[in-house]
Amino acid sequence: MLAAATAPAQAPTAQRRRAIGEVLLAVENISLRFGGVRALSGVSFDIRKGEIRAIIGPNGAGKSSMLNVINGFYHPQEGRIVWKGEARPRMRPHEAAKGGIARTFQNIALFKGMSTLDNIMTGRILKMRASFLEQAFWIGRGRSEELRERAFVERIIDFLEIQHIRHTPVGKLPYGLQKRVEFARALAMEPELLLLDEPMAGMNLEEKEDMCRFILDVNEEFGTTVALIEHDMSVVMDISDRVVVLDYGRLLADGTPDQVRNDPAVIEAYLGVAHG
Amino acid sequence: MIYRETGQFRTSYAEDQAIFRLRQDRAGIAVILAVAWIGIPLLADDYLLRAILVPFLILAVAAIGLNLLLGYCGQISLGTGAFMAIGAYAAYNLALRLPGLPLLLDFFLAGLVAAGIGVLFGLPSVRIKGLYLAVATLAAQFFADWAFLRVGWFTNYTPSGSVTAPPLDIFGWLIDTPLEKYWLCLAFACLTAILAKNLVRSRIGRSWMAIRDMDIAAEIIGIRPTTAKLSAFAVSSFVAGGAGVLWAFVHLGSWEPLAFSIDMSFRLLFMVIIGGMGSILGSFLGAAFITVLPIFLNQAPAMVGIQLSTAMVSHLEFMIFGALIVLFLIWEPHGLARLWQIGKEKMRLWPFPY
Repeated sequence: MLAAATAPAQAPTAQRRRAIGEVLLAVENISLRFGGVRALSGVSFDIRKGEIRAIIGPNGAGKSSMLNVINGFYHPQEGRIVWKGEARPRMRPHEAAKGGIARTFQNIALFKGMSTLDNIMTGRILKMRASFLEQAFWIGRGRSEELRERAFVERIIDFLEIQHIRHTPVGKLPYGLQKRVEFARALAMEPELLLLDEPMAGMNLEEKEDMCRFILDVNEEFGTTVALIEHDMSVVMDISDRVVVLDYGRLLADGTPDQVRNDPAVIEAYLGVAHG
Repeated sequence: MIYRETGQFRTSYAEDQAIFRLRQDRAGIAVILAVAWIGIPLLADDYLLRAILVPFLILAVAAIGLNLLLGYCGQISLGTGAFMAIGAYAAYNLALRLPGLPLLLDFFLAGLVAAGIGVLFGLPSVRIKGLYLAVATLAAQFFADWAFLRVGWFTNYTPSGSVTAPPLDIFGWLIDTPLEKYWLCLAFACLTAILAKNLVRSRIGRSWMAIRDMDIAAEIIGIRPTTAKLSAFAVSSFVAGGAGVLWAFVHLGSWEPLAFSIDMSFRLLFMVIIGGMGSILGSFLGAAFITVLPIFLNQAPAMVGIQLSTAMVSHLEFMIFGALIVLFLIWEPHGLARLWQIGKEKMRLWPFPY
């Protein structure tokens, strides 16, 4: 399935929109406080199956906090999260991972001492079942799973065009490639919902275009739902189906890129300079 | 030039995942194993086997145990000596109280006891890390020192506090000569090295390294930090406990609690740091550095014909050894294993400039 990496990058938007299904995740009236600081107040929006959902807003608007809430790092004081139609109990990040939520971080969170290959292989940990003894003696599933998952990971490596750095320790890689390896690790989890926290921050134009292509491909080929935070407006407007705008922890606007672009509140609070 | 991968193509993932990927590596390890199993027994005298090689091999096993915890999972422990002691006394008591228990099963059960206690003292790692964890594991050391010195039951109420291991009888094969002891330790060292290597290249090893490198990211890909840390403590303590049994039963024969004092924990910590954290090979190199070098320094003056008083030699030994550790940590903080890595890189091209 990953072999279709050569498919046209930019399929017509209309075609993709037809693949968008029911609500995958809904955040309802989420409020999050740290002591006296209100990071989020009463934010509600939903993410539908198969769509690319952008979350934008000025610095400190609560975007990363929102991802951390979805991810299980933070537990909101109010509101609830509905995952696939059921209210989700308070959970830890590894439980969210088991449920099918993967993510990347704004500041790269790779395992610096391990090679690219091993980093991506860690994304397959939840798919592996070998017992302790099978692993210690490299027999049965201990061996066969390593080969099976390696083959899977190699397809991701091909897909993201990082074959040449397979055995390089990630600490030695340039920034753009590290971002790509982190993306690969998240993909290796075969998530239903992929959270990307500024996947294009600090990249040059070419790297950004590559990253956009990968995100669109993942979305189209595997139907992976993507929620991304991004500051580059042209990227957001180009690739996302719907956009959420946060400002000071409150929901400012929610709609298609065109609706958001023309929303007076958004223009005033955020895009004002660019469109003024 | 002699150490190149040129022309050696790996055409399957199984080949690419082999421990020794290069023909040169495979040849090298074959030579080392041949020397260790056949060459040394033919050439070495009893003193070399008894006083140098047996302790080296046992400490290498213990260093692998600590390396799994510290080098791979990033959880610092100052209690390795304690886990060795727990293994040794557990084996002693099991053999004493369950006569007829096969020796290898006794060793295994002792390892399990050490693993259980290791998990118990590893519990603080769920909440604390780094230096704070080091202090918490230090508690294990003091607790073991106290328990084996003060609780008479563990030492079968011997008045001197010193206990003696039963004869080493493995399925009717009585191990009593230095050579047999050497072979036994070598077998355990090889087995430990291979199992440890398999673990660190499997899922469990990757989950340890993920916790070591970035615990937050490890959690978002579905690793339970508690499970990963405690499993590292369990495996590490199991290996250390096994090494403790060997140290007590095979090397010492009869021993006191002092044999597993904090001094032992520190020596093992140095072995792992000097040998190379996160490297199985490094555990062997570190153990060799710490056990063999002092003996060499002690005998070097006599070898080159310099006559010095015994006191002078032993003072010099400490000074040079200490200086070497400091200098070494400055030159190559990543340990002997990294030095070997760099050497291999150089050998790819040598003698050509590029």
